[in-house]
Amino acid sequence: MTLDSAVRIIALAPDLLGTYGDAGNVTVLAQRLRWRGFPTEVVEGIGRDVPDSGDIYVLGGGEDGPQALAAREMIESGALPRAVERGAVIFGVCAGYQLLGCSFLDTDDNVHAGLGLLDCTTVRGTGPRNVGEVVANIGTLLPGHVLSGFENHGGVTTVGGGATPLATIVAGNGNGDGSHTEGAWSGRVVGTYLHGPVLARNPDLADLLLEWVVGPSAPLADADATAEALRAERIQAAGGSRRRA
Amino acid sequence: MAATLASDRSSPRPPRRLRFAVPAARLARSLSRRLAHRDGAVIGGRVCLAVDPDAVAHLLVQHPTTVFVSATNGKTTTTALLTAAIERLMPVATNTTGANLPSGIVTALMDAEPGTTAVLEVDERYLPGVVAVATNPVALLLNLSRDQLDRMAEVRSIALRWRDAFAHDTTRVIANADDPLVAYAAPPERTVWVAAASRWRMDALSCPACTARVQYDGDDWYCTQCDLRRPKPDVTFTDTDVVLASGRRLALPTTLPGTHSRANAAFALAALELLGLPVDGASDAMATVTDVDGRYQHLWATDDASRLYLGKNPAGWAEILDVLAPVDRPLVIAVNGNDADGHDLSWLWDVPFERLAGRPVVATGERMRDLAVRLRYADVEHTAEPNLTRALAWARTARADVVGTYTAFQQIKRELRRDA
Ligand SMILES: [Zn+2]
Repeated sequence: MTLDSAVRIIALAPDLLGTYGDAGNVTVLAQRLRWRGFPTEVVEGIGRDVPDSGDIYVLGGGEDGPQALAAREMIESGALPRAVERGAVIFGVCAGYQLLGCSFLDTDDNVHAGLGLLDCTTVRGTGPRNVGEVVANIGTLLPGHVLSGFENHGGVTTVGGGATPLATIVAGNGNGDGSHTEGAWSGRVVGTYLHGPVLARNPDLADLLLEWVVGPSAPLADADATAEALRAERIQAAGGSRRRA
Repeated sequence: MAATLASDRSSPRPPRRLRFAVPAARLARSLSRRLAHRDGAVIGGRVCLAVDPDAVAHLLVQHPTTVFVSATNGKTTTTALLTAAIERLMPVATNTTGANLPSGIVTALMDAEPGTTAVLEVDERYLPGVVAVATNPVALLLNLSRDQLDRMAEVRSIALRWRDAFAHDTTRVIANADDPLVAYAAPPERTVWVAAASRWRMDALSCPACTARVQYDGDDWYCTQCDLRRPKPDVTFTDTDVVLASGRRLALPTTLPGTHSRANAAFALAALELLGLPVDGASDAMATVTDVDGRYQHLWATDDASRLYLGKNPAGWAEILDVLAPVDRPLVIAVNGNDADGHDLSWLWDVPFERLAGRPVVATGERMRDLAVRLRYADVEHTAEPNLTRALAWARTARADVVGTYTAFQQIKRELRRDA
């Protein structure tokens, strides 16, 4: 294969959205591609300078101020709506999930416009931050898969009719709007509140995103045995030690 | 640490509550030691605070010279280095075991002679409350970065609280010019700036004042929007020497490894100079600090290079990886996820473990599976060993370095003591 055919992963605003180890999601996607022999390139999309050539765009979690700045810059860049048009994959975590939606609120209750790529809106929760292990059953996107991750957010997200909740909560809060759902997806745009990083904890979800780019590929049984042991441990822990901060 | 009653007879008379609180605290500590075989380090302070909720203020007022050391990383080491440097001149009241919450501070002070110089490490969140009640305090602000992800939601909010505290007091500050969060927090007109060469930048890529991007340009940094920028350093250091604010050049102690250890020593020497204490001979005194409550201790033999490290967050790990880099020694990494470690171990993905590829690694600790997955994606061959005792037995045979998160580090120290 030539370099032109390399799968291109864009780490979006890693300088603003990278508080909770979410850079690991890019590491996981890139490694799974490399282990399967696909030439892979990771490019950072900083500021308004977001490449149009990405196959997968990944957004991480971040604090309020940087999140608002990232949203403004991404809206101005316009690269993400064009990417969705092309059929590229967009994956957002926590603050990155919120800014894929229509709007979100910061700690001072200022409303910020999101990218509008997912039909959901986020407001501030009135209770304590949602902090702890989450277990949720993924719906139509990956039927039968149990999602495992760690949430840490004060936002409450309501998914509208134009998107579908990613999963149904078993333990934890997720979207936190009373619907007992977690995350949202629409087409090839997927958002979740879960860190971990979530793709390290959920290789099936990582492979689904990759399948949208390179087609179905063989499982990575050896690597995923390690991940499976971690998943089992964390899913069990979520049952007993859920705590609020 | 023999209890002394001398402070009870001293003047000025302490406030009434404190006069009851301190004896009650000593009794509790002695019971804890005798009955539970604990070292009683914090029990005394807790009892003291229960009887006199203002014990921190009441005790601090008895000490005309107080130095507080606060940071995400390096508090305990810098406190130990500064204590060694001052103790060669006069007695020091200090919390040597890293007990840096109010209970630990009270414990450190309740046995101290009034008038003694106090050198205290303080948890980042408690620093504003403690400097507010101290007389003529000096604060050393080393660095701020992500740590205990589930508890400390926003490291930036700590910087803001520090800034608010220092804006309204008269604290003299020694601060890291290379950390934008710290530079934002420190009061420029009362600060001695140390070029402390922070390696980790991920928590200060967005300006703490206005959230715009921070531009790094070699050693320099500046906000691309507002006027926050790197202050001109007053204190600089190399691998061997430090140049203090006065222009004095001194040799740095080299007992403890790594650039961050030089930075900690530079902070301590800057503090001595600010306090008006003699700096000659201070480096030699600091060089006698061979380990700090277990950090950096030689594990298997004194002539062996392998050491024990505390690795609890990405900024700390960035320094540790630098120290480990030159030699491919075997390595044991112990990861726990208790309250003091943080329950969210996502930060393991912010550590460039890829640098360990090629050396034998054993993953252990209660959360070894999180580490195992991370190491696998880093292409680091490793063995997962759930049993810490067995992992350390392997480390002994292999003469390995050992790194642990906060509670894993404490467990390792206990295991090593038991074997000794
Ligand atoms: Zn700024």
